[in-house]
Amino acid sequence: MDVIQLQRKMQEHQTALIREGFLDDQFKQLQKLQDESSPDFVIEVVTMYFDDSENLLKGMARTLEQAPVDFKQVDAYVHQYKGSSASVGAARVKSVCIAFRNFCEAQNLEG
Amino acid sequence: MEGCDHLSPVDTEDVHVLAVDDSLVDRKVIERLLRISACKGVCALSFQGQNGHFSFLCFFFFNFWIFAVTAVDSGMRALQFLGLDEEKSDAFDGLKVDLIITDYCMPGMTGYELLKKIKESSALREIPVVIMSSENVLPRIYRCLEEGAEDFIVKPVKLSDVKRLRDYMTTREVKAGISEERGGENTRMNKRKLRDTTSDLASSPPSVSSSLLSSSSSPSDSPSPSSSPSSSPSLLDSPIRRLRMTNTATTTD
Repeated sequence: MDVIQLQRKMQEHQTALIREGFLDDQFKQLQKLQDESSPDFVIEVVTMYFDDSENLLKGMARTLEQAPVDFKQVDAYVHQYKGSSASVGAARVKSVCIAFRNFCEAQNLEG
Repeated sequence: MEGCDHLSPVDTEDVHVLAVDDSLVDRKVIERLLRISACKGVCALSFQGQNGHFSFLCFFFFNFWIFAVTAVDSGMRALQFLGLDEEKSDAFDGLKVDLIITDYCMPGMTGYELLKKIKESSALREIPVVIMSSENVLPRIYRCLEEGAEDFIVKPVKLSDVKRLRDYMTTREVKAGISEERGGENTRMNKRKLRDTTSDLASSPPSVSSSLLSSSSSPSDSPSPSSSPSSSPSLLDSPIRRLRMTNTATTTD
């Protein structure tokens, strides 16, 4: 019974995340790709995504600390981050990346 | 259904897909999408057939779609894999790639540059190439289609996008299998057929783009492009319909 309750809670949490715009339909697409032949697919992809995000964020931080700031390089990192966020359904991250790229284009360091 | 009988001799062939993308996450997702779309093809149709004969034939038909997927992280590595770099035709014969799916934005060599190199090679130009991109830039799409890309998929890639790719393999492989004796000539005919139907969209960029522009402003303004949906529905499923969907999505941002 506990397992079922946990599963239900997870489902509710996921629905809430989708409603609040943190996740989008692509995450459901990923879940469809998981089955008996690949039971840990979602976990593997999300773990890869987190590792990738960490590297990209470190790269971005490093580039932003340099003077003068290489906005093109920051933009390249953000573009990659936007791409992988879209692929896993991380909608909120993706939209933040879009805003971030606008700042890069405007060379707005404060932004 | 009679055509299916001819398929049994070729149904054990693996379809080898080469996926090119610099993003590790995207490579993992596309690899899984390809593998699962092949397997699901087998399962779905074997249940649907009520007639045992029907389901048996269809099982064989979709058994054809066992995707072997090789994923590489750059255009250079893709060319090396294809044997283009070292100019070793022996390397290519051994690998036999049936479809190439590549990201557009990659450091070093873009997907477009990779596409050009493949189409310039006499050994590789027959391989269908599909481009993926997170940005639906119309000039970019037309440029790729004109250079010989079979299709253009806007990321993030979904199962329905990958299922559409099977159509390109069907036309090439199945027709080649049905009339094996014609050999290379038949494959060239298929390629021309594919090109003809693709060029219906690609050769009339002004009218298509005007329909896309009008779809965001006034839907009533679409004269000739509205006739193309009836003639080639599956092709409109491909880049243009996806564009329209993403266009309306981006305009509401």
